[in-house]
Amino acid sequence: MITELGHFALILAFLVAIVQTVVPLVGAHKRWASWMAVAEPAATLQFLLTAFAFAALMYAFITSDFSLRLVVLNSHSAKPMLYKISGTWGNHEGSMLLWVLILTLFGASAAWFGQSLPPTLRARVLGVQAAVAVAFFAFILLTSNPFLRLVVPPFDGEDLNPLLQDPGLAFHPPFLYLGYVGLSMAFSFAVAALLEGRVDAAWGRWVRPWTLAAWVFLTIGIALGSWWAYYELGWGGFWFWDPVENASFMPWLLAAALLHSAIVVEKRETLKAWTILLAILAFGFSLIGTFIVRSGLLTSVHAFANDPERGVFILGILAFFTGGALVLFAMRAGVMEAKGVFSVVSRESALVVNNVLLAVSAFIVFVGTMWPLLAEMFFDHKLSVGPPFFNIAFTPIFLILGAVLPIGAILPWKRGRIGRAMRSMRVALILALVFSLATLVWAISTGRSALAPIGMFVGAWLVFGALTELWLRTGKSGAARLLRLPRADWGKALAHAGLGITFIGVAGLTGWQVEDIRVAERGVPFEVGAHTVELVDVTDLQGPNFIATRAEIILSRGGEEIARLFPEKRIYPVAQMPTTEAAIDSRFLRDVYVVIGDPQQNGGWTVRTWIKPLTGWIWAGSILMALGGFVSLSDRRYRVAAGARKVASSAAVPAE
Amino acid sequence: MRRIAFILMMLLAVPVAAVEPEEMLADPVLEARAQALDHELRCVKCQSESIASSNSDWARDARVLVRELLTEGMSDEEVVDFFVARYGDFVKMRPDADGANLILWASGPLMLLIAGGLAFAFLRGRARATPQQAGALSEDEEARLRRILEE
Repeated sequence: MITELGHFALILAFLVAIVQTVVPLVGAHKRWASWMAVAEPAATLQFLLTAFAFAALMYAFITSDFSLRLVVLNSHSAKPMLYKISGTWGNHEGSMLLWVLILTLFGASAAWFGQSLPPTLRARVLGVQAAVAVAFFAFILLTSNPFLRLVVPPFDGEDLNPLLQDPGLAFHPPFLYLGYVGLSMAFSFAVAALLEGRVDAAWGRWVRPWTLAAWVFLTIGIALGSWWAYYELGWGGFWFWDPVENASFMPWLLAAALLHSAIVVEKRETLKAWTILLAILAFGFSLIGTFIVRSGLLTSVHAFANDPERGVFILGILAFFTGGALVLFAMRAGVMEAKGVFSVVSRESALVVNNVLLAVSAFIVFVGTMWPLLAEMFFDHKLSVGPPFFNIAFTPIFLILGAVLPIGAILPWKRGRIGRAMRSMRVALILALVFSLATLVWAISTGRSALAPIGMFVGAWLVFGALTELWLRTGKSGAARLLRLPRADWGKALAHAGLGITFIGVAGLTGWQVEDIRVAERGVPFEVGAHTVELVDVTDLQGPNFIATRAEIILSRGGEEIARLFPEKRIYPVAQMPTTEAAIDSRFLRDVYVVIGDPQQNGGWTVRTWIKPLTGWIWAGSILMALGGFVSLSDRRYRVAAGARKVASSAAVPAE
Repeated sequence: MRRIAFILMMLLAVPVAAVEPEEMLADPVLEARAQALDHELRCVKCQSESIASSNSDWARDARVLVRELLTEGMSDEEVVDFFVARYGDFVKMRPDADGANLILWASGPLMLLIAGGLAFAFLRGRARATPQQAGALSEDEEARLRRILEE
């Protein structure tokens, strides 16, 4: 019964979305206030109905209602409660429902917090947002209905993929979707501004918090996914340049670019057309990501490939919205002329450089991801584009980005001097050089490549640069002033330092990892780097829905035991799938990562041990970046409502 | 979403780091070369993995073959060519920089040049624009200003 109500609510939400698309857009065009006013209650209603549908599906998962096809395919009565809940979105249909739920949530938030937007702009934003929702409601109802019943319900389900039964992964998709779908707000604002024919400082200020929020969520989502891959896939890689990963990385890069170019629109009324284009592209890439994952077009992504009809549908959505928005852009871009005048050396120019580098890096990821497809289509050449390509093509751009960032960040608006900025930064530069020189000595003495010290240098330069900038901002008045700095400044420093820390972590891991693979005998210790590893015992263990083989391993250093590690190998009988649970001893400067393999004929076990220097810094840096975004978001000046109110009052003065 | 897909794709391959102790060569220099090569070769039976990270039988056989070929004295390039001769360019994780692939390799640097050039032209234009022109109102704005002044 609840399932049918959920299904019905979803259909109602679809109808509400259609109304919310047509009525406010017509109203805004004709300036009919009553028609425009429909948008707000409709957005709220649309969200409530979708939330009810989602809750109904979740209820079916929690109560293990095996009359539902989706629950049978993705759940099991013996599964822990957390994974029964996360099973709701651990599949194609449920995850699409989560997708639209978040889409309607953003739409409703725009209605709730956008009270002070000009009425026509607000009506148009909500109308465009609803139009996107219409397309996805239709997609779910026509091709991916989660509420299908089975005529003969089985006794139990087929279980959720065991790799998905993990706390890190339970929360990965919601964050990722909050990011992907959050970019729909930037898109709606861009299209609304094009319809309106007006982009000004106020628009830049309104669109920024939404983009920032989306970017923060994307950062968290990607970091969670990469952290999960690190500890769950059994060999401690954190990034694979897999098409599906790239699909989330491209919107992240473009959102980062958009975030920065919107600052220029807000402060200097320049880069308007480019910012609008970026907003369209960023959401376009979110849709491309959805398409890549669910169409099965790229051979590497076997994912949700079973139904080409779905791929074609999403391609249609993608073509309609990005294509439509780009046509609109081509018609209206001429209206948006730049206003600010500034010298070639200035903050404005630095932000343009930021945008060039981020956009080009996104372009490289895009070309690398799509090339196997293009080469096969146009040149009849079947080939692969793997991590070696991306490492060579992508890394230099990001190193350049990191190298120019600290200087660009302190250049004044309108007109600056490189020499002066360099002088302010000389302490940071010296510290970064000393830091990387030390690692270079280490690299040479251990016979490693010199590339890692370059990464180290750029990372340290970013961190010290961010600190220097904070120090410059305080002037001579010291710490008291530091606390009174606007939160946006703190957010900027945190995010930039976070990027540096991630750089250092990646450089440390790729440059100085030590690997040891061997057959270990019980009670016979062996050396890995500066550590001693000893396999004590291997026992069998019965979990709630799995059987595990668990090893006990003593990790010691300098004759002293520092940790006892329990790596596991699990088998999930229902899904017929093995998984590895690595045991990790995480410290500030290094992770020791231990995996237990197969038993050997002589009674020993395969044990793989890695010393992974600075690996935790990769995610510490990501968290710092996200934190920086949140702090910036909490700045009074940028808070959605406060910012909008302030700007709305000043927008009433026409000759601004 | 990305992860879910990644996982479903992993269904075909057991998620365990690959090279097994019994496969490894006694000579550490040769073994290091072999492990570097493992990352350059794709497991053609898997989804998007190198033979270094896949645990499928195919990847295991390929790793053993890499080590046999290296022991026979082949250079790294010869080993890769050996695989390409049998499985085509698909087996290579690093696409060649020739023929149509030049588009792939050149597109990044070329785009950087184009975007950098356009950006520079734009910045020069901004630097030369006269403030007067920049401060001017659009027709719309002038109309609004007139309206407001008349009121």
